[in-house]
Amino acid sequence: MSFWERNQLKLAPFLFLTPAVSLFLLFVIYPIIDSIWVSFHDWSGVARYALNEDGTYKNFKWVGFQNYIDLFTYDDEFYVSLLNNLKWFIFSLLAIPLGLLLALFLNQNIFGMRYIKSFFYFPFVINAVVIGVIFSWFYNPKYGSLAYLLNIFGLDPIPVLSDEVLATYGIIAASFFPGIAYTMILYITGLTSVSKEMVEAGRIDGASGLTMLWHIIIPQLRPATLIAVVVTIVGALRSFDLIAVMTLGGPWGSTKVLAYKMYEEALFNFRMGYGAAIAVILFLLMSIYIAWFLYRLFKQEKGEK
Amino acid sequence: MFPTPIQNYSLTTNIIYRILLGVTLFIWLLPLIAVMLTSIRTFEDILVGDYWSWPEETAIISNYTAIFESGKMSRFFLNSVIITLPTVFGTLFLSSMAGYSLAVHKFKLNLLLFCMFIAGNFVPFQILMIPVRMLTIDLGIYNSHFGLIIFHIAFQTGFCTFFLRNFIKELPFELIEAARADGASEWLIYRKIILPLLTPSLAALGVLEFTFIWNDYFWALILTQGDNVKPITIGLDMLRGQWVATYNLIAAGSVLAALPPVIMFFAMQRHFIMGLTFGAVKG
Repeated sequence: MSFWERNQLKLAPFLFLTPAVSLFLLFVIYPIIDSIWVSFHDWSGVARYALNEDGTYKNFKWVGFQNYIDLFTYDDEFYVSLLNNLKWFIFSLLAIPLGLLLALFLNQNIFGMRYIKSFFYFPFVINAVVIGVIFSWFYNPKYGSLAYLLNIFGLDPIPVLSDEVLATYGIIAASFFPGIAYTMILYITGLTSVSKEMVEAGRIDGASGLTMLWHIIIPQLRPATLIAVVVTIVGALRSFDLIAVMTLGGPWGSTKVLAYKMYEEALFNFRMGYGAAIAVILFLLMSIYIAWFLYRLFKQEKGEK
Repeated sequence: MFPTPIQNYSLTTNIIYRILLGVTLFIWLLPLIAVMLTSIRTFEDILVGDYWSWPEETAIISNYTAIFESGKMSRFFLNSVIITLPTVFGTLFLSSMAGYSLAVHKFKLNLLLFCMFIAGNFVPFQILMIPVRMLTIDLGIYNSHFGLIIFHIAFQTGFCTFFLRNFIKELPFELIEAARADGASEWLIYRKIILPLLTPSLAALGVLEFTFIWNDYFWALILTQGDNVKPITIGLDMLRGQWVATYNLIAAGSVLAALPPVIMFFAMQRHFIMGLTFGAVKG
Protein backbone atom coordinates (compact mmCIF):
# COMPACT_ATOMS: atom_id res chain seq x y z
CA MET A 1 0.00 0.00 0.00
CA SER A 2 1.30 3.38 -0.96
CA PHE A 3 1.43 6.28 1.46
CA TRP A 4 -1.54 7.87 -0.30
CA GLU A 5 -3.70 4.77 -0.05
CA ARG A 6 -2.95 4.33 3.63
CA ASN A 7 -3.60 7.92 4.61
CA GLN A 8 -6.23 8.95 2.13
CA LEU A 9 -9.03 9.24 4.66
CA LYS A 10 -6.93 11.47 6.87
CA LEU A 11 -5.71 13.70 4.07
CA ALA A 12 -8.99 13.92 2.16
CA PRO A 13 -10.72 16.45 4.44
CA PHE A 14 -7.71 18.72 4.13
CA LEU A 15 -7.73 18.57 0.34
CA PHE A 16 -11.48 18.92 -0.03
CA LEU A 17 -11.75 21.80 2.39
CA THR A 18 -8.68 23.88 1.66
CA PRO A 19 -10.06 25.94 -1.25
CA ALA A 20 -13.33 26.84 0.48
CA VAL A 21 -11.83 27.37 3.93
CA SER A 22 -8.89 29.47 2.77
CA LEU A 23 -11.10 31.79 0.72
CA PHE A 24 -13.51 32.06 3.62
CA LEU A 25 -10.72 32.85 6.07
CA LEU A 26 -9.25 35.49 3.77
CA PHE A 27 -12.48 37.26 2.76
CA VAL A 28 -14.72 36.75 5.79
CA ILE A 29 -12.90 35.81 8.98
CA TYR A 30 -9.81 38.01 8.59
CA PRO A 31 -11.89 41.10 7.64
CA ILE A 32 -14.01 40.70 10.78
CA ILE A 33 -10.92 40.68 12.99
CA ASP A 34 -9.31 43.50 11.06
CA SER A 35 -12.44 45.67 11.30
CA ILE A 36 -12.42 45.28 15.07
CA TRP A 37 -8.75 46.33 15.10
CA VAL A 38 -9.39 49.31 12.82
CA SER A 39 -12.24 50.47 15.09
CA PHE A 40 -9.66 51.34 17.77
CA HIS A 41 -7.78 53.64 15.42
CA ASP A 42 -8.04 56.99 13.76
CA TRP A 43 -7.48 56.49 10.04
CA SER A 44 -8.58 58.24 6.85
CA GLY A 45 -8.09 55.20 4.65
CA VAL A 46 -4.79 56.10 3.02
CA ALA A 47 -1.34 54.53 3.44
CA ARG A 48 -2.06 52.50 6.53
CA TYR A 49 1.48 51.21 6.96
CA ALA A 50 3.34 54.47 6.29
CA LEU A 51 5.73 55.13 9.17
CA ASN A 52 6.93 58.23 10.98
CA GLU A 53 10.65 58.66 11.54
CA ASP A 54 10.35 57.24 15.04
CA GLY A 55 8.79 54.04 13.67
CA THR A 56 5.18 54.69 14.68
CA TYR A 57 2.37 54.64 12.15
CA LYS A 58 1.85 57.98 10.47
CA ASN A 59 -1.78 57.68 9.39
CA PHE A 60 -3.05 54.84 11.51
CA LYS A 61 -3.26 56.17 15.07
CA TRP A 62 -4.32 54.18 18.11
CA VAL A 63 -7.17 55.94 19.93
CA GLY A 64 -8.46 53.18 22.20
CA PHE A 65 -12.19 53.37 22.75
CA GLN A 66 -12.46 56.98 21.57
CA ASN A 67 -14.50 56.12 18.44
CA TYR A 68 -17.05 54.30 20.57
CA ILE A 69 -17.15 57.07 23.13
CA ASP A 70 -17.73 59.65 20.37
CA LEU A 71 -20.51 57.54 18.91
CA PHE A 72 -22.38 57.18 22.16
CA THR A 73 -21.84 60.69 23.52
CA TYR A 74 -21.73 63.14 20.62
CA ASP A 75 -23.40 61.53 17.64
CA ASP A 76 -27.17 62.09 17.54
CA GLU A 77 -27.33 60.51 14.12
CA PHE A 78 -26.04 57.29 15.61
CA TYR A 79 -29.11 57.11 17.85
CA VAL A 80 -31.38 57.95 14.93
CA SER A 81 -29.82 55.07 12.99
CA LEU A 82 -30.09 52.70 15.91
CA LEU A 83 -33.74 53.60 16.38
CA ASN A 84 -34.38 53.12 12.66
CA ASN A 85 -32.80 49.68 12.85
CA LEU A 86 -35.21 48.92 15.66
CA LYS A 87 -38.13 50.09 13.50
CA TRP A 88 -36.92 47.88 10.65
CA PHE A 89 -36.59 45.00 13.06
CA ILE A 90 -40.12 45.33 14.45
CA PHE A 91 -42.05 46.27 11.34
CA SER A 92 -40.32 43.84 8.97
CA LEU A 93 -41.71 41.04 11.08
CA LEU A 94 -45.17 42.05 9.87
CA ALA A 95 -44.26 40.41 6.57
CA ILE A 96 -44.57 37.05 8.33
CA PRO A 97 -48.28 37.12 9.33
CA LEU A 98 -49.10 38.87 6.05
CA GLY A 99 -47.29 36.11 4.14
CA LEU A 100 -49.17 33.49 6.13
CA LEU A 101 -52.47 35.19 5.39
CA LEU A 102 -51.77 35.25 1.68
CA ALA A 103 -50.54 31.64 1.77
CA LEU A 104 -53.81 30.53 3.41
CA PHE A 105 -55.75 32.47 0.81
CA LEU A 106 -53.86 30.82 -2.05
CA ASN A 107 -53.77 27.28 -0.68
CA GLN A 108 -56.57 25.98 -2.88
CA ASN A 109 -56.61 23.51 -5.74
CA ILE A 110 -58.40 25.28 -8.51
CA PHE A 111 -57.68 25.38 -12.19
CA GLY A 112 -54.53 27.34 -13.00
CA MET A 113 -53.55 27.87 -9.34
CA ARG A 114 -49.99 26.75 -10.02
CA TYR A 115 -49.50 29.66 -12.41
CA ILE A 116 -51.31 32.14 -10.20
CA LYS A 117 -48.99 31.19 -7.35
CA SER A 118 -45.90 31.82 -9.49
CA PHE A 119 -47.13 35.31 -10.18
CA PHE A 120 -47.42 35.90 -6.46
CA TYR A 121 -43.93 34.50 -5.88
CA PHE A 122 -41.79 36.22 -8.44
CA PRO A 123 -41.44 39.73 -6.93
CA PHE A 124 -39.03 37.97 -4.58
CA VAL A 125 -36.41 37.74 -7.33
CA ILE A 126 -36.57 41.40 -8.33
CA ASN A 127 -33.59 43.41 -7.14
CA ALA A 128 -33.71 46.24 -4.64
CA VAL A 129 -32.84 48.92 -7.18
CA VAL A 130 -35.90 48.11 -9.28
CA ILE A 131 -38.10 47.82 -6.19
CA GLY A 132 -36.71 51.17 -5.06
CA VAL A 133 -37.45 52.77 -8.43
CA ILE A 134 -41.01 51.44 -8.41
CA PHE A 135 -41.82 52.62 -4.90
CA SER A 136 -40.15 56.00 -5.33
CA TRP A 137 -42.60 56.55 -8.18
CA PHE A 138 -45.46 55.19 -6.15
CA TYR A 139 -44.76 57.77 -3.42
CA ASN A 140 -44.05 60.64 -5.83
CA PRO A 141 -46.36 63.45 -4.63
CA LYS A 142 -46.85 64.81 -8.15
CA TYR A 143 -47.35 61.79 -10.40
CA GLY A 144 -47.36 58.82 -8.03
CA SER A 145 -50.21 56.37 -7.65
CA LEU A 146 -50.41 57.12 -3.94
CA ALA A 147 -51.19 60.76 -4.66
CA TYR A 148 -53.67 59.58 -7.28
CA LEU A 149 -55.41 57.31 -4.77
CA LEU A 150 -55.51 60.01 -2.11
CA ASN A 151 -56.95 62.40 -4.67
CA ILE A 152 -59.86 60.03 -5.31
CA PHE A 153 -60.74 60.33 -1.64
CA GLY A 154 -60.30 64.08 -1.84
CA LEU A 155 -57.08 64.12 0.18
CA ASP A 156 -53.88 66.06 -0.42
CA PRO A 157 -50.82 64.13 -1.59
CA ILE A 158 -48.43 62.97 1.13
CA PRO A 159 -44.74 63.34 0.20
CA VAL A 160 -43.80 60.15 2.05
CA LEU A 161 -40.10 60.02 1.17
CA SER A 162 -39.40 63.66 1.96
CA ASP A 163 -41.13 63.49 5.33
CA GLU A 164 -38.74 62.86 8.20
CA VAL A 165 -41.22 60.82 10.19
CA LEU A 166 -42.81 58.82 7.38
CA ALA A 167 -39.82 58.12 5.11
CA THR A 168 -38.46 55.14 7.03
CA TYR A 169 -41.89 53.52 7.15
CA GLY A 170 -42.25 54.17 3.43
CA ILE A 171 -39.04 52.25 2.74
CA ILE A 172 -39.98 49.42 5.09
CA ALA A 173 -43.30 49.13 3.25
CA ALA A 174 -41.39 48.81 -0.02
CA SER A 175 -39.37 45.96 1.49
CA PHE A 176 -42.66 44.13 2.10
CA PHE A 177 -43.16 43.46 -1.58
CA PRO A 178 -40.34 40.91 -1.89
CA GLY A 179 -40.56 40.10 1.83
CA ILE A 180 -44.17 38.95 1.77
CA ALA A 181 -43.51 36.97 -1.41
CA TYR A 182 -40.75 35.12 0.42
CA THR A 183 -42.66 34.28 3.60
CA MET A 184 -45.63 33.25 1.47
CA ILE A 185 -43.45 30.76 -0.45
CA LEU A 186 -42.26 29.30 2.86
CA TYR A 187 -45.78 28.95 4.22
CA ILE A 188 -47.35 27.51 1.09
CA THR A 189 -44.66 24.82 1.09
CA GLY A 190 -45.22 24.33 4.81
CA LEU A 191 -48.98 23.99 4.35
CA THR A 192 -48.58 21.13 1.88
CA SER A 193 -46.94 19.05 4.57
CA VAL A 194 -49.47 19.73 7.31
CA SER A 195 -50.73 16.37 8.57
CA LYS A 196 -54.10 15.53 7.03
CA GLU A 197 -54.99 13.24 9.93
CA MET A 198 -54.63 16.01 12.46
CA VAL A 199 -56.75 18.37 10.41
CA GLU A 200 -59.45 15.68 10.09
CA ALA A 201 -59.22 14.86 13.79
CA GLY A 202 -59.57 18.53 14.55
CA ARG A 203 -62.64 18.79 12.34
CA ILE A 204 -64.26 15.83 14.12
CA ASP A 205 -63.59 17.55 17.43
CA GLY A 206 -65.42 20.54 16.08
CA ALA A 207 -62.45 22.80 15.59
CA SER A 208 -62.62 25.08 12.61
CA GLY A 209 -61.45 28.40 11.30
CA LEU A 210 -59.30 30.35 13.71
CA THR A 211 -59.23 27.67 16.42
CA MET A 212 -57.94 25.14 13.93
CA LEU A 213 -55.40 27.62 12.55
CA TRP A 214 -54.09 28.56 15.98
CA HIS A 215 -53.98 25.16 17.65
CA ILE A 216 -53.32 22.73 14.82
CA ILE A 217 -51.93 24.49 11.76
CA ILE A 218 -49.54 27.12 13.15
CA PRO A 219 -47.73 24.68 15.47
CA GLN A 220 -47.05 22.44 12.47
CA LEU A 221 -45.72 25.40 10.51
CA ARG A 222 -43.05 26.03 13.15
CA PRO A 223 -40.05 25.18 10.92
CA ALA A 224 -41.30 27.59 8.24
CA THR A 225 -41.90 30.27 10.86
CA LEU A 226 -38.41 29.81 12.31
CA ILE A 227 -36.77 30.31 8.91
CA ALA A 228 -39.03 33.25 8.12
CA VAL A 229 -38.08 34.93 11.41
CA VAL A 230 -34.35 34.27 10.96
CA VAL A 231 -34.23 35.53 7.38
CA THR A 232 -36.47 38.53 8.04
CA ILE A 233 -34.44 39.68 11.03
CA VAL A 234 -31.11 39.28 9.25
CA GLY A 235 -32.60 41.19 6.32
CA ALA A 236 -33.83 43.97 8.61
CA LEU A 237 -30.41 44.41 10.23
CA ARG A 238 -28.79 44.35 6.79
CA SER A 239 -31.17 46.86 5.23
CA PHE A 240 -29.10 49.10 3.01
CA ASP A 241 -29.98 48.80 -0.67
CA LEU A 242 -33.48 50.26 -0.54
CA ILE A 243 -32.30 53.18 1.58
CA ALA A 244 -29.41 53.91 -0.78
CA VAL A 245 -31.74 53.79 -3.78
CA MET A 246 -34.78 55.57 -2.37
CA THR A 247 -33.54 58.33 -0.04
CA LEU A 248 -29.73 58.18 0.32
CA GLY A 249 -30.38 58.31 4.05
CA GLY A 250 -32.33 61.57 3.86
CA PRO A 251 -34.26 63.73 4.42
CA TRP A 252 -31.70 65.15 6.87
CA GLY A 253 -30.39 61.73 7.78
CA SER A 254 -33.76 60.58 9.07
CA THR A 255 -33.78 57.25 7.20
CA LYS A 256 -30.23 56.19 7.99
CA VAL A 257 -29.65 52.83 9.60
CA LEU A 258 -26.36 51.63 11.08
CA ALA A 259 -25.35 49.92 7.84
CA TYR A 260 -25.90 53.08 5.82
CA LYS A 261 -24.27 55.39 8.33
CA MET A 262 -21.21 53.17 8.45
CA TYR A 263 -20.88 53.23 4.66
CA GLU A 264 -21.15 57.00 4.63
CA GLU A 265 -18.68 57.64 7.45
CA ALA A 266 -16.06 55.35 5.89
CA LEU A 267 -16.34 56.19 2.20
CA PHE A 268 -17.55 59.80 2.19
CA ASN A 269 -16.20 61.26 5.41
CA PHE A 270 -13.03 59.12 5.29
CA ARG A 271 -13.39 58.11 8.93
CA MET A 272 -12.43 54.45 8.68
CA GLY A 273 -12.00 53.90 12.40
CA TYR A 274 -15.29 55.56 13.21
CA GLY A 275 -17.07 53.61 10.48
CA ALA A 276 -15.50 50.38 11.68
CA ALA A 277 -16.77 51.10 15.21
CA ILE A 278 -20.33 51.35 13.86
CA ALA A 279 -19.82 48.10 11.96
CA VAL A 280 -18.60 46.42 15.13
CA ILE A 281 -21.72 47.50 17.01
CA LEU A 282 -23.89 46.15 14.20
CA PHE A 283 -21.85 42.97 14.29
CA LEU A 284 -22.33 42.60 18.05
CA LEU A 285 -26.10 43.02 17.68
CA MET A 286 -26.10 40.34 15.02
CA SER A 287 -23.78 38.11 17.08
CA ILE A 288 -26.23 37.83 19.93
CA TYR A 289 -28.60 36.54 17.36
CA ILE A 290 -26.12 34.22 15.62
CA ALA A 291 -25.13 32.78 18.99
CA TRP A 292 -28.72 31.91 19.76
CA PHE A 293 -29.17 30.29 16.36
CA LEU A 294 -25.94 28.27 16.55
CA TYR A 295 -26.76 27.18 20.08
CA ARG A 296 -30.05 25.76 18.86
CA LEU A 297 -28.37 24.01 15.95
CA PHE A 298 -25.59 22.66 18.13
CA LYS A 299 -28.08 21.17 20.55
CA GLN A 300 -29.88 19.57 17.64
CA GLU A 301 -26.63 18.06 16.27
CA LYS A 302 -25.74 16.70 19.71
CA GLY A 303 -29.22 15.22 19.98
CA GLU A 304 -28.77 13.28 16.74
CA LYS A 305 -25.67 11.46 17.93
CA MET B 1 -56.07 20.20 3.69
CA PHE B 2 -56.33 23.54 5.39
CA PRO B 3 -58.14 25.79 4.72
CA THR B 4 -61.17 23.74 3.70
CA PRO B 5 -61.12 23.15 -0.07
CA ILE B 6 -63.15 25.80 -1.81
CA GLN B 7 -64.94 23.06 -3.77
CA ASN B 8 -66.80 22.13 -0.57
CA TYR B 9 -68.50 25.51 -0.52
CA SER B 10 -71.44 26.88 -2.44
CA LEU B 11 -71.21 28.11 -6.00
CA THR B 12 -71.55 31.73 -4.88
CA THR B 13 -68.59 31.38 -2.52
CA ASN B 14 -66.60 29.82 -5.32
CA ILE B 15 -67.35 32.68 -7.66
CA ILE B 16 -66.56 35.27 -5.00
CA TYR B 17 -63.29 33.51 -4.21
CA ARG B 18 -62.22 33.55 -7.82
CA ILE B 19 -63.08 37.21 -8.26
CA LEU B 20 -61.24 38.09 -5.06
CA LEU B 21 -58.25 36.07 -6.25
CA GLY B 22 -58.18 37.96 -9.53
CA VAL B 23 -58.41 41.33 -7.81
CA THR B 24 -55.67 40.44 -5.31
CA LEU B 25 -53.39 39.26 -8.08
CA PHE B 26 -54.03 42.42 -10.05
CA ILE B 27 -53.21 44.67 -7.09
CA TRP B 28 -50.16 42.57 -6.24
CA LEU B 29 -48.79 42.92 -9.76
CA LEU B 30 -49.88 46.51 -10.30
CA PRO B 31 -46.47 48.04 -9.55
CA LEU B 32 -44.85 45.74 -12.09
CA ILE B 33 -47.55 46.29 -14.68
CA ALA B 34 -47.08 50.03 -14.26
CA VAL B 35 -43.34 49.75 -14.87
CA MET B 36 -43.83 47.62 -17.96
CA LEU B 37 -46.42 50.03 -19.35
CA THR B 38 -44.18 52.99 -18.66
CA SER B 39 -41.29 51.28 -20.39
CA ILE B 40 -43.17 51.24 -23.71
CA ARG B 41 -44.50 54.78 -23.53
CA THR B 42 -43.33 57.61 -25.73
CA PHE B 43 -41.66 60.57 -24.10
CA GLU B 44 -44.63 62.73 -25.17
CA ASP B 45 -46.92 60.59 -23.01
CA ILE B 46 -44.55 61.03 -20.09
CA LEU B 47 -44.46 64.79 -20.56
CA VAL B 48 -48.25 64.98 -20.50
CA GLY B 49 -48.21 62.94 -17.32
CA ASP B 50 -50.18 60.04 -18.69
CA TYR B 51 -49.18 56.96 -16.74
CA TRP B 52 -52.21 54.77 -16.56
CA SER B 53 -54.00 54.70 -19.89
CA TRP B 54 -53.06 52.07 -22.44
CA PRO B 55 -50.50 53.80 -24.69
CA GLU B 56 -51.95 54.39 -28.15
CA GLU B 57 -48.55 54.75 -29.64
CA THR B 58 -45.93 52.45 -28.23
CA ALA B 59 -42.23 53.04 -28.22
CA ILE B 60 -40.97 49.60 -27.29
CA ILE B 61 -38.24 49.49 -29.87
CA SER B 62 -37.08 53.07 -29.58
CA ASN B 63 -37.00 53.02 -25.76
CA TYR B 64 -35.11 49.77 -25.50
CA THR B 65 -32.70 50.77 -28.26
CA ALA B 66 -32.14 54.06 -26.49
CA ILE B 67 -31.07 52.48 -23.21
CA PHE B 68 -28.64 50.23 -25.03
CA GLU B 69 -27.12 52.98 -27.12
CA SER B 70 -26.89 56.03 -24.93
CA GLY B 71 -27.14 54.43 -21.53
CA LYS B 72 -24.36 51.86 -21.69
CA MET B 73 -26.92 49.38 -20.44
CA SER B 74 -25.54 46.68 -22.72
CA ARG B 75 -22.15 47.06 -21.04
CA PHE B 76 -23.67 46.87 -17.55
CA PHE B 77 -25.77 43.89 -18.56
CA LEU B 78 -22.72 42.10 -19.92
CA ASN B 79 -20.80 42.92 -16.72
CA SER B 80 -23.56 41.32 -14.66
CA VAL B 81 -23.36 38.18 -16.77
CA ILE B 82 -19.55 38.08 -16.53
CA ILE B 83 -19.74 38.41 -12.74
CA THR B 84 -22.70 36.15 -12.05
CA LEU B 85 -22.01 32.98 -14.05
CA PRO B 86 -18.46 32.19 -12.83
CA THR B 87 -19.54 33.02 -9.27
CA VAL B 88 -22.38 30.51 -9.39
CA PHE B 89 -20.22 27.70 -10.78
CA GLY B 90 -17.25 28.49 -8.55
CA THR B 91 -19.42 28.57 -5.46
CA LEU B 92 -21.14 25.29 -6.26
CA PHE B 93 -17.83 23.59 -6.95
CA LEU B 94 -16.07 24.73 -3.77
CA SER B 95 -19.05 24.23 -1.52
CA SER B 96 -19.92 20.78 -2.83
CA MET B 97 -16.37 19.65 -2.04
CA ALA B 98 -16.43 21.27 1.37
CA GLY B 99 -19.94 19.98 2.07
CA TYR B 100 -18.92 16.45 1.10
CA SER B 101 -15.98 16.48 3.44
CA LEU B 102 -17.92 17.99 6.35
CA ALA B 103 -20.67 15.43 5.89
CA VAL B 104 -18.65 12.21 5.61
CA HIS B 105 -15.19 12.73 7.10
CA LYS B 106 -14.59 12.54 10.81
CA PHE B 107 -11.92 14.89 12.06
CA LYS B 108 -11.38 17.22 14.97
CA LEU B 109 -12.24 20.58 13.44
CA ASN B 110 -15.30 19.33 11.59
CA LEU B 111 -18.05 20.88 13.72
CA LEU B 112 -16.03 24.05 14.24
CA LEU B 113 -15.60 24.60 10.50
CA PHE B 114 -19.26 23.86 9.94
CA CYS B 115 -20.27 26.44 12.52
CA MET B 116 -17.86 28.93 10.96
CA PHE B 117 -19.57 28.57 7.58
CA ILE B 118 -23.00 29.00 9.13
CA ALA B 119 -22.04 31.96 11.28
CA GLY B 120 -20.48 33.67 8.26
CA ASN B 121 -23.92 33.83 6.65
CA PHE B 122 -25.27 36.17 9.24
CA VAL B 123 -22.40 38.59 9.33
CA PRO B 124 -23.40 42.15 8.44
CA PHE B 125 -21.63 43.19 5.24
CA GLN B 126 -20.37 46.38 6.85
CA ILE B 127 -17.96 44.58 9.15
CA LEU B 128 -16.27 43.16 6.05
CA MET B 129 -16.44 46.34 4.02
CA ILE B 130 -13.25 48.26 4.88
CA PRO B 131 -10.83 45.30 5.00
CA VAL B 132 -12.27 43.63 1.88
CA ARG B 133 -12.00 46.88 -0.05
CA MET B 134 -8.41 47.38 1.12
CA LEU B 135 -7.58 43.74 0.41
CA THR B 136 -8.79 43.97 -3.18
CA ILE B 137 -6.81 47.17 -3.63
CA ASP B 138 -3.65 45.52 -2.24
CA LEU B 139 -4.16 42.43 -4.40
CA GLY B 140 -4.69 44.61 -7.47
CA ILE B 141 -8.19 43.26 -8.09
CA TYR B 142 -10.18 46.32 -7.00
CA ASN B 143 -12.53 47.44 -9.77
CA SER B 144 -12.22 44.19 -11.71
CA HIS B 145 -14.72 41.45 -12.48
CA PHE B 146 -12.37 38.99 -10.87
CA GLY B 147 -12.34 40.88 -7.56
CA LEU B 148 -16.11 40.75 -7.28
CA ILE B 149 -16.25 37.13 -8.42
CA ILE B 150 -13.68 35.88 -5.93
CA PHE B 151 -15.27 37.78 -3.06
CA HIS B 152 -18.77 36.54 -3.91
CA ILE B 153 -17.49 32.97 -4.16
CA ALA B 154 -15.80 33.23 -0.76
CA PHE B 155 -18.89 34.65 0.93
CA GLN B 156 -21.55 32.53 -0.76
CA THR B 157 -19.57 29.34 -0.08
CA GLY B 158 -20.68 29.61 3.54
CA PHE B 159 -24.36 29.36 2.74
CA CYS B 160 -23.98 26.68 0.07
CA THR B 161 -21.69 24.51 2.18
CA PHE B 162 -24.21 24.59 5.01
CA PHE B 163 -26.99 23.53 2.65
CA LEU B 164 -25.02 20.83 0.81
CA ARG B 165 -23.44 19.35 3.92
CA ASN B 166 -26.90 18.78 5.38
CA PHE B 167 -28.14 17.31 2.15
CA ILE B 168 -25.20 14.88 1.82
CA LYS B 169 -25.66 13.87 5.44
CA GLU B 170 -29.13 12.60 4.54
CA LEU B 171 -27.78 10.30 1.81
CA PRO B 172 -27.30 6.63 2.79
CA PHE B 173 -23.76 6.31 4.12
CA GLU B 174 -23.64 2.64 2.96
CA LEU B 175 -23.20 3.91 -0.59
CA ILE B 176 -19.93 5.54 0.34
CA GLU B 177 -18.75 2.63 2.45
CA ALA B 178 -19.44 0.18 -0.35
CA ALA B 179 -17.49 2.31 -2.81
CA ARG B 180 -14.59 2.59 -0.36
CA ALA B 181 -14.59 -1.17 0.10
CA ASP B 182 -14.30 -1.48 -3.68
CA GLY B 183 -11.20 0.70 -3.50
CA ALA B 184 -12.67 3.90 -4.91
CA SER B 185 -10.71 7.00 -3.98
CA GLU B 186 -12.41 9.84 -2.12
CA TRP B 187 -12.25 12.02 -5.21
CA LEU B 188 -13.90 9.30 -7.30
CA ILE B 189 -16.66 8.92 -4.71
CA TYR B 190 -17.25 12.68 -4.72
CA ARG B 191 -17.16 12.87 -8.49
CA LYS B 192 -19.08 9.72 -9.45
CA ILE B 193 -21.44 9.09 -6.55
CA ILE B 194 -22.05 12.28 -4.63
CA LEU B 195 -22.21 14.85 -7.42
CA PRO B 196 -24.81 12.95 -9.49
CA LEU B 197 -26.98 12.56 -6.39
CA LEU B 198 -26.60 16.26 -5.65
CA THR B 199 -27.79 17.42 -9.06
CA PRO B 200 -31.26 18.57 -7.92
CA SER B 201 -29.84 20.44 -4.92
CA LEU B 202 -27.09 21.97 -7.02
CA ALA B 203 -29.71 23.17 -9.48
CA ALA B 204 -31.74 24.58 -6.60
CA LEU B 205 -28.75 26.37 -5.12
CA GLY B 206 -27.60 27.46 -8.56
CA VAL B 207 -30.78 29.37 -9.38
CA LEU B 208 -30.84 30.88 -5.90
CA GLU B 209 -27.22 32.00 -6.14
CA PHE B 210 -27.81 33.35 -9.62
CA THR B 211 -30.52 35.59 -8.18
CA PHE B 212 -28.46 36.69 -5.18
CA ILE B 213 -25.43 37.62 -7.23
CA TRP B 214 -27.33 39.22 -10.09
CA ASN B 215 -29.19 41.37 -7.59
CA ASP B 216 -26.13 42.32 -5.55
CA TYR B 217 -25.89 46.05 -5.10
CA PHE B 218 -23.77 46.65 -2.02
CA TRP B 219 -20.58 44.83 -2.99
CA ALA B 220 -20.63 46.22 -6.49
CA LEU B 221 -20.87 49.67 -4.92
CA ILE B 222 -17.87 48.98 -2.67
CA LEU B 223 -15.60 47.10 -5.06
CA THR B 224 -16.11 48.79 -8.42
CA GLN B 225 -15.60 52.22 -9.86
CA GLY B 226 -15.67 52.26 -13.65
CA ASP B 227 -18.39 51.61 -16.20
CA ASN B 228 -16.42 48.67 -17.56
CA VAL B 229 -16.96 46.63 -14.41
CA LYS B 230 -20.20 47.89 -12.83
CA PRO B 231 -23.10 45.44 -12.92
CA ILE B 232 -26.57 46.41 -14.03
CA THR B 233 -27.91 47.15 -10.53
CA ILE B 234 -25.41 49.96 -10.08
CA GLY B 235 -25.74 50.99 -13.71
CA LEU B 236 -29.49 51.42 -13.38
CA ASP B 237 -29.14 53.44 -10.21
CA MET B 238 -26.59 55.66 -11.92
CA LEU B 239 -28.78 56.22 -14.98
CA ARG B 240 -31.58 57.31 -12.71
CA GLY B 241 -29.43 60.28 -11.84
CA GLN B 242 -28.75 61.09 -15.49
CA TRP B 243 -32.22 60.60 -16.94
CA VAL B 244 -34.10 62.48 -14.28
CA ALA B 245 -37.47 62.88 -15.97
CA THR B 246 -37.31 60.28 -18.73
CA TYR B 247 -39.32 57.75 -16.80
CA ASN B 248 -39.91 55.61 -19.87
CA LEU B 249 -36.18 54.93 -20.21
CA ILE B 250 -35.68 54.28 -16.50
CA ALA B 251 -38.61 51.85 -16.65
CA ALA B 252 -37.11 50.08 -19.65
CA GLY B 253 -33.80 49.81 -17.78
CA SER B 254 -35.61 48.40 -14.75
CA VAL B 255 -37.32 45.76 -16.83
CA LEU B 256 -33.98 44.77 -18.32
CA ALA B 257 -32.31 44.59 -14.89
CA ALA B 258 -35.10 42.48 -13.44
CA LEU B 259 -35.56 40.16 -16.39
CA PRO B 260 -32.82 37.50 -16.07
CA PRO B 261 -33.72 36.39 -12.53
CA VAL B 262 -37.41 36.48 -13.45
CA ILE B 263 -36.85 34.26 -16.49
CA MET B 264 -34.69 31.98 -14.37
CA PHE B 265 -37.44 31.83 -11.78
CA PHE B 266 -40.18 30.85 -14.22
CA ALA B 267 -37.95 28.35 -16.03
CA MET B 268 -36.74 26.57 -12.90
CA GLN B 269 -39.51 27.28 -10.45
CA ARG B 270 -39.53 23.83 -8.88
CA HIS B 271 -35.81 23.98 -8.10
CA PHE B 272 -36.09 27.54 -6.95
CA ILE B 273 -38.78 26.77 -4.41
CA MET B 274 -36.90 23.70 -3.26
CA GLY B 275 -33.77 25.75 -2.55
CA LEU B 276 -35.71 28.49 -0.87
CA THR B 277 -37.73 26.25 1.41
CA PHE B 278 -34.98 23.82 2.32
CA GLY B 279 -35.53 23.10 5.98
CA ALA B 280 -38.93 24.79 6.06
CA VAL B 281 -40.81 21.52 5.91
CA LYS B 282 -39.02 19.47 8.50
CA GLY B 283 -36.85 21.15 11.06
